[in-house]
Amino acid sequence: MARVHLWASLRRFAEGQEVVEVDATTVGQMLDALEKAHPSLGPAIKAGLSVAVDGEVIANNRAAPVGPQSEVFLLQRLKGG
Amino acid sequence: MARDDVKTGYKLIGTRPNRPDGLDKVTGRARYGADFSLPGMLHAAVVRSPHAHARIVKIDASKALALDGVKAVVTRADLPTGLTGEDLNLQDNTLAGDRALYDGHAVAAVAATSALLAQDAARLIEVTYEVLPHVTDVDAAMAPGAPVIREGVADYSVPEGMHGNVARYMEFGHGDVEAGFAAADIVREHTYKTEATHQGYIEPHACVGQMGEDGRGEMWVCTQGHWYIRRMSAAVLGIDAANLRVTPSEIGGGFGGKTTIFMEPLSLALSRKAGGRPVKLVMSRSEVLRATGPTASASMDVKLGMKKDGTITAGQVYFRMQGGAFPGMSPIGEALPCAFACYDIAALKHEAVEVIANRPKAAAYRAPGSPMAAFAVESLVDEMCRELKLDPIEVRLKNGATNGSKSSYGPVYNVIGLKETLEAAKDHPNYAIPLGPNQGRGVASGFWFNHGGETSVSLAVGEDGTATVMIGTPDIGGSRASIGLMVAETLGIPYEDVRVNVVETGALGVNEPTHGSRATFASGKAAVEAARQAIAEMCRRAAADWGIDAEAVEWKDGAAHPAGPNAGKHPPMTIGEIGSKMGSTGGPISGHHEVTAEGVGASFGTHVVDVEVDPETGRTTVLRYLVVQDAGTAIHPAYVEGQYQGGAAQGIGWALNEEYVYGADGRLQNPVFLDYRIPVASDLPMIDTVIIEVPNPGHPYGVRGVGETGITPPLPAVASAIAGATGARIRSLPCSPPKVLAAIKAAKG
Repeated sequence: MARVHLWASLRRFAEGQEVVEVDATTVGQMLDALEKAHPSLGPAIKAGLSVAVDGEVIANNRAAPVGPQSEVFLLQRLKGG
Repeated sequence: MARDDVKTGYKLIGTRPNRPDGLDKVTGRARYGADFSLPGMLHAAVVRSPHAHARIVKIDASKALALDGVKAVVTRADLPTGLTGEDLNLQDNTLAGDRALYDGHAVAAVAATSALLAQDAARLIEVTYEVLPHVTDVDAAMAPGAPVIREGVADYSVPEGMHGNVARYMEFGHGDVEAGFAAADIVREHTYKTEATHQGYIEPHACVGQMGEDGRGEMWVCTQGHWYIRRMSAAVLGIDAANLRVTPSEIGGGFGGKTTIFMEPLSLALSRKAGGRPVKLVMSRSEVLRATGPTASASMDVKLGMKKDGTITAGQVYFRMQGGAFPGMSPIGEALPCAFACYDIAALKHEAVEVIANRPKAAAYRAPGSPMAAFAVESLVDEMCRELKLDPIEVRLKNGATNGSKSSYGPVYNVIGLKETLEAAKDHPNYAIPLGPNQGRGVASGFWFNHGGETSVSLAVGEDGTATVMIGTPDIGGSRASIGLMVAETLGIPYEDVRVNVVETGALGVNEPTHGSRATFASGKAAVEAARQAIAEMCRRAAADWGIDAEAVEWKDGAAHPAGPNAGKHPPMTIGEIGSKMGSTGGPISGHHEVTAEGVGASFGTHVVDVEVDPETGRTTVLRYLVVQDAGTAIHPAYVEGQYQGGAAQGIGWALNEEYVYGADGRLQNPVFLDYRIPVASDLPMIDTVIIEVPNPGHPYGVRGVGETGITPPLPAVASAIAGATGARIRSLPCSPPKVLAAIKAAKG
């Protein structure tokens, strides 16, 4: 199961959990599983998120792979100049 | 100082050929946004609110429309209804609805047969306003009793009880912060403020739009991202994106400010209303400053714990940032992760709120959020180094992030070059130059994530063995040259045989803009893949000609060669020979690659600045300035140095002079370059550069984006140098002469 780390102000939408374990092989599956397990996270996910999977920042790619042992961090959608 | 002497095994990468756009630009042949014209073209002018916040009671355009030569007027009533979310924000900003939300907010637009006539007509459009309470300062906008300027801006993240102008809230961290502060020898806490600054691109926004009554249109525009212009304009006008073709012009600077729309849909709306005649719309400098995105202003609390040996035990920040009258524009989501990104600290807490205020809709500006965050954190690090009499570079080396460090925002860094920049700065001759009276030295490091993003690139082999590359990322910093070098290196042909063109929206799949320091990284990566695809096809053509398997052919030095024991003996077949007969060997040879590019390499830099402060006037002179930054691999070192120098120059301006000044009436007081003071060449010394190369394993040639990090360290570095020169710490930018003089007097008691 991939371990998804929620930033602190998201945890109130996931019953206070800092880390949520999800069964997923892609970023898209991971986000869908998160929302299914914790529907209150839906607005945050729909607002657009970037993620970091095992240190690799994935700005916007639902097809990016997630491994069973992956450490995933949710990040706000990044913009650049 | 560059890397020209470093042996890499590359033939072209790392060289400095002439700029492909240089001759056109110095001779005036380059076509910028305002240079484009069409037969029968009309000219547009925009009516803008003179109030920071006002209800629009009535718009009467009858006098304007009565003028001979006035062909169309558009107001919000001409735009479709029913938009939501960011599309509605874009439409609201393009033309105000029932309320003007900032000084300069567009209220109506007019098209006429000449620019002067359009301006006269705009003055004849009578707008009746009911002035409403306003607020422009970030802290004042959150204060009890501040007018709520738009209802319902708070998103899911805002806890109950916060002010109605708070649009977003964020918090994250790790470790036990209180225990970290308890373990420190000193704990210091201060508030730092930065003012809004503008990207200051020399070319104002400009476009020509044409749209018929059938809703099909075309636009020629100065932009960093024409697919974004297409999507946003189509949304604002309620048309299908496929019905709009957008061609980018040359661009005279963007720095993030041209990644979105401000007035572009107006040219199309006016054209449609004027029977399909093309309409040119060019902003004045005053319009650019009043109504296009500056960056956010910020008010930031920082607390740090440090041991006497310089070990940072804990850090905590609380940022308040306003990004204008629209939610989602203040970069708290970037500023917070950047705040401590240069450090490996056991306990950190980050908290931020986004606030709206009666200011123009902010846009991205070079490493959005990172310069403000660096000003707050790096200034306090410097203050504590001075208090403990510690070398600021040694303290950063002691606490700095390195390969395998857990970043302040969660993920572990892969391969990064921060410590290499610190070591190079420490060893640079500038760091050892003795300082004279009234002189001070400042040091700061900076970070930017860098970005990959949606990218589509095509490459075509010519009949003469040259190659044409089609990219969708406008060239704002040398990407055509860098991509040309990478393609030439891959194909094994001279750089001069590769031409890179930025093409329109109909020629490629969707490309994100040139933003996030991504063009050389992402379009370059895709171009290399496209070249490899073309190489594979050329090897197949040679193999077919030789009657051997394609696997028995290898590509080197611009030609197919037989390889392996069974390939036989054949003279190499050059790209020119293959190209000259491709019509009879299977047709055109091309390569194409599209990807949401990943594998970005984080970017770190360290700056050292020496200043001299006139104690009589408070004026600061930059004596010398050093930028050290990791480029991964410097494809075209001259452009890399230019990015470093440009970032430093903009950061110095932010530190010393630039600010949006609002009057009590909420109107911008300095909407011209005479009063909004960006640095000019005579203000700055030659900015020294050192290119560090820690190749990014996520790119075939090791590229990291280099465009943004350079603006981050100057804010704290300059303020720290001034503190060194005067003993007075400025915690609110800019360090303008009156402010420095007052601080000197206050420090003397």
